Amino acid sequence: MNKQIDKLVSRRGFVAGTTALAGSLGFPAILGAQPAPVKVGMIHPVTGFVAYNGQQSRLGGTMAVEDVNKAGGIKSMGGAKIEALLGDSQSKVEVGVAEVEKMNEQGVAAYIGCFQSPVGIAASQAAAKYNTPFLIDVGASDLIVNRGLKNVFRLKPGFGVCVDDGIAALGAINKAAGGVAKTAVIVHESGEFGTGTAKLLQGKLPSIGIEAKELIAHDNPTRNFDNIALRIRSMAPDIVMMSNYGNEYMLLARTLYQQKVNVAGFYSVLGGGFNYKFVKEMPDVSQYMMDVNHWFNPRSAKAQELKKRVEATGALFTFEVYLTYSNVMLLADALERAGSADKAKLTDALANSSFKAELMPYGPTKFVNGQNQGAKPAVMQSLKGDIEVIAPEEFASAKAVFPKPKL
Amino acid sequence: MLDPQIIVAGVLNGLLAGGIYVLVAVGLTLIYGVLHIINFAHGSLLMLAMYAVFWLWRLVGVDPYIALPLVTAGAFVFGFVLYRLVIGRFSHGRDENILLITLGLSIVVDNIALLFFGGDTQTIDVPYAGRFVELGAAFLPLPKIISFAASLVLCVILGLYMAKSDTGKAIRAVAKERQGARLVGIDVDNIFAISYGIGIACLGAAACLLMPTFYVTPTSGHAFVLVAFTIVVLGGMGSFIGAAIGGFIIGITEALGGLFLGEQLGQIGISLIFILILLFKPTGLFGSKA
Repeated sequence: MNKQIDKLVSRRGFVAGTTALAGSLGFPAILGAQPAPVKVGMIHPVTGFVAYNGQQSRLGGTMAVEDVNKAGGIKSMGGAKIEALLGDSQSKVEVGVAEVEKMNEQGVAAYIGCFQSPVGIAASQAAAKYNTPFLIDVGASDLIVNRGLKNVFRLKPGFGVCVDDGIAALGAINKAAGGVAKTAVIVHESGEFGTGTAKLLQGKLPSIGIEAKELIAHDNPTRNFDNIALRIRSMAPDIVMMSNYGNEYMLLARTLYQQKVNVAGFYSVLGGGFNYKFVKEMPDVSQYMMDVNHWFNPRSAKAQELKKRVEATGALFTFEVYLTYSNVMLLADALERAGSADKAKLTDALANSSFKAELMPYGPTKFVNGQNQGAKPAVMQSLKGDIEVIAPEEFASAKAVFPKPKL
Repeated sequence: MLDPQIIVAGVLNGLLAGGIYVLVAVGLTLIYGVLHIINFAHGSLLMLAMYAVFWLWRLVGVDPYIALPLVTAGAFVFGFVLYRLVIGRFSHGRDENILLITLGLSIVVDNIALLFFGGDTQTIDVPYAGRFVELGAAFLPLPKIISFAASLVLCVILGLYMAKSDTGKAIRAVAKERQGARLVGIDVDNIFAISYGIGIACLGAAACLLMPTFYVTPTSGHAFVLVAFTIVVLGGMGSFIGAAIGGFIIGITEALGGLFLGEQLGQIGISLIFILILLFKPTGLFGSKA
């Protein structure tokens, strides 16, 4: 009998068996603590002509991933960590799409990107083939969410809302100043973002009693804005409106100042270069310039804390940082509620999200056709080397100076 | 219809812009004239020089115009060493290899700049940036007037150097007949390196003149390369005078095109010149037949 037992349970078999038993019963916490990470593709233009913006987005995104993981990961998934796969669109549409394909092979549960509207449009369409959720962190074109794609979600406002709110704010500012502005010239970059914004502005300006005299498009990059400044001077508008990426925004602003273009105000919608660096390094050029853009909620303690952390790294707290950060948090919230990285469940969780975007001055999140209805831009003005919020009133830190004093 | 005063202002601004284009194009045409290759790293090296100007200003507070002799000399040494250690060594005496090496260099330099400097836009805000000279309807920014004048002076100095100095004569000899120059005892490899160095020195000077009115990012140098190529083709590949005159023609064409056709369509003028020259006078305005 003993021999039989010996034969049935050998020493080697006993060790293996007890190890397995101990493994499954005695140390369940260890096994449970290592669920597969949730892979998230972050596609941004970290090289190419908008590399700075892409790097800022990546900074915000990686900080958010770090924060989610430090806080215990996705709890409903056993504490699964988020693993960010970082992709570079090189500021090119085809490369952005190639990154989507590559990351799909690596098994991503969702994508976040892409800063430029054309890249976002093409990349999210590529992701739609695999039914993978795509969160647009930055990308202004409303075409992104108007194609009926179920996998696309945008937390921020598109250029339609920015134009509507911007026009309403400009109307109020102009009215308060006695309606001094009656004409405008719009200078915009020639891509989807700038052209789309400019056309919307042109259509809406008459509703506040301002006529758009001309739309002037320019390429990226543009070496010299002297001609545009001269054309504007020859038309003598009351307001110059701008929609451009960072470098061209800054160069145009500097040229208008150097060419002594005297108008009642400069008013940009999604002005890519309107940030702390611009107003601090060029206080004379930027003084009194106004911009309708994404802005953090200055009354949010979380936003202020993140601002300090970002600035401690030597970086600027630009909209790319807090928008991508917020999108990672939106995704983490959806994963938590879905309890799974399954694409269909995750898409459902995003579509029904009521995520509270704490960093932003937004209302409650509600996606309709992928666009968050609670998203709102703010209107800022450069005053004495700093940026002040002038609208909406509940977040305003200063009153608008309009018309601006003559040069 | 545009006010004639605005047109005059446009022409003057075009001339000022042309001054910078000349300097970038002269470097390019000099390298082509001697080495018989298009320097694909031209934009990247211009960007590096612009960063040098920016950091000198940011870290030491050196005004871009004061930095001009230092950056120009530094750019010459950099170009000379780059040719000696990289381009000349790895080309194995074949012109087509040089072309590929400069293309590779461009990619490497751009990405090294991105790694070390980031993609952020850097500008220099000099106290005189907002000053201008009023000439009728034209407001000519002071930094652009200084750039224009400095560019002309530098071109004249370079022209005299090429015409009068022994090295200049040797460069011209190598450009004309490489084998013959070697037979009469000219160190051709050294002349290649010197020519490349002078070409890059022109970029160093251009960077100093550009920075008070422009910005630098790891890709900003490329904005000037296409226009410089057009100027070189218009003036005649390898022609020093051609590059100088071509620069002003392109500057004015760009200005008038921008005024009459809008900023985007205005660029057609430059492309049109490029095509017409290739069709009807492939040697350019002052180029000689190969």
